[in-house]
Amino acid sequence: MGLFDRHAGLLEAYRDVRTTGADPFQIRMERVLSPTEAIINGRKMLLVGTNNYFGLTFDPSCMEAAIEAIRAEGTGTTGSRIANGSYSEHVLLEQEIAEFYGKKHCMVFTTGYQANLGVISTLVGQGDHLLIDADSHASIYDACKMTQAEVVRFKHNDPSSLESRLRRLGDKPGNRLVILEGIYSMLGDSAPLREFVDVCKKYGAYVLVDEAHSLGALGETGRGLCESTGVLDDCHFIVGTFSKTLGAIGGYCVSNDPDFDILRVTVRSYMFTASLPPSIVASVRQALRVVKARPELRTQLWDNVATLYDGLAAQGFKLGPEHGPVVGVHLPDRMTAVGFWRAMLDAGIYVNVAVPPATPNGVSLLRCSVCAVHTREQLEHMIEVMTGIGRQLGVISGTPKLRVVAGSR
Amino acid sequence: MPDLGTGEPLLRTAHQLIVENDDIASTLELPRLASRLDVIREICRHLAPYQAGERPIVGATVIAKDLTIDSLAIMDMVMELEDSFDVSIPMNVVAEVHTVDQLADTILDLRAKR
Repeated sequence: MGLFDRHAGLLEAYRDVRTTGADPFQIRMERVLSPTEAIINGRKMLLVGTNNYFGLTFDPSCMEAAIEAIRAEGTGTTGSRIANGSYSEHVLLEQEIAEFYGKKHCMVFTTGYQANLGVISTLVGQGDHLLIDADSHASIYDACKMTQAEVVRFKHNDPSSLESRLRRLGDKPGNRLVILEGIYSMLGDSAPLREFVDVCKKYGAYVLVDEAHSLGALGETGRGLCESTGVLDDCHFIVGTFSKTLGAIGGYCVSNDPDFDILRVTVRSYMFTASLPPSIVASVRQALRVVKARPELRTQLWDNVATLYDGLAAQGFKLGPEHGPVVGVHLPDRMTAVGFWRAMLDAGIYVNVAVPPATPNGVSLLRCSVCAVHTREQLEHMIEVMTGIGRQLGVISGTPKLRVVAGSR
Repeated sequence: MPDLGTGEPLLRTAHQLIVENDDIASTLELPRLASRLDVIREICRHLAPYQAGERPIVGATVIAKDLTIDSLAIMDMVMELEDSFDVSIPMNVVAEVHTVDQLADTILDLRAKR
């Protein structure tokens, strides 16, 4: 058997996806013009699939901070946090994030993926029990492969499903760690966190919440679902990323556990990779200040979410279960999703397409992510375009499908 | 899909009446609930939509290979079976299970250990 033979099935599915003439997984941004526009295939496109929730990638103050840091400290650290890669600014960033959450400790990672991978796989070991939501992100599933703990999945956003699994553990020895996400990345839905926390308390389980998509978006001060549901003190570990609302790259984990810092010499994805470059640390520190200083960005984001979600729902599209900065549009199958995606690209709008096996329950989706700085006109235009394509493809009803008869008259 | 033992149509069994978190539920379990045939029937009921062609699903069927089911759907089926039989099957254990027989034995072993 050849090295690549095992991927034969995936290759076939991928070939299907590419037959539309454009490969959604190899789109090239020829030039990014702003948080909402880029040149793709030589044309200006509206971007509605970038996770850039506050549009901070082009925030002048963040850009200036990054440029200044490069001039002062160079382009990279060339080393890990446990060797030569811990600068004063890394430590300051950690202090600022800890302070933001009102927690005692914070560790910063080079990506959000590495934060989940390293923290989750290290917190639990042989004899422990890791319980994860069925729709967890790939970084959480990959952490499950790396730990010696027993891993059990519970039904997505279903506290009673978690409870029956905790109950079955009975008086078995070992720690219980439950992994939840603030906002799920495919359908934009939030966990019923308060109910989950109640179950975890009842069974003495630790709670880790990944706020990757909810940082900035949820909570009175943007701290995420833990804040908006009032359970910040009950969540033992909060993980997040700098690559969405904060417009850069990197990950973090905060906690009040007095022994938390031992993770600095046990988490391998922290120890054996180069630390964030000075420019990123500087722009993230500034972005965090912007998030605190400009709560109106959160209001704008949710106004835009309402415009897009309600507009598409009114046209008959089947969407994720609730308003969220990610708006997932259900389509009947993989080929319709790819065809719809391609038609939108032709119309000048870039969104993500998500198809099995990357999606929960084998659904095919157009994954749209909303930005605080999208204009109402941009989003209304998008709804109009999607309505047209949706009718042409027979995904939504409304006016009868157009029939073009060649050579009539 | 015919019953594996007798060729008769599959009937729904009593265990589907069990209510999660209800202390009375455990007293309602019938001895036959844990019979191997019951477990196999329930597994086959979940796998029926993934049958490849006319080939029947039997104890020796290799779930990931002989059927059209993908790995995510297998994990989702396991989650349903966990609730039907009130056991938890860790993911690393699922990874070692290949056939319908092995899955049934795993469930029975875990039930016996409760």
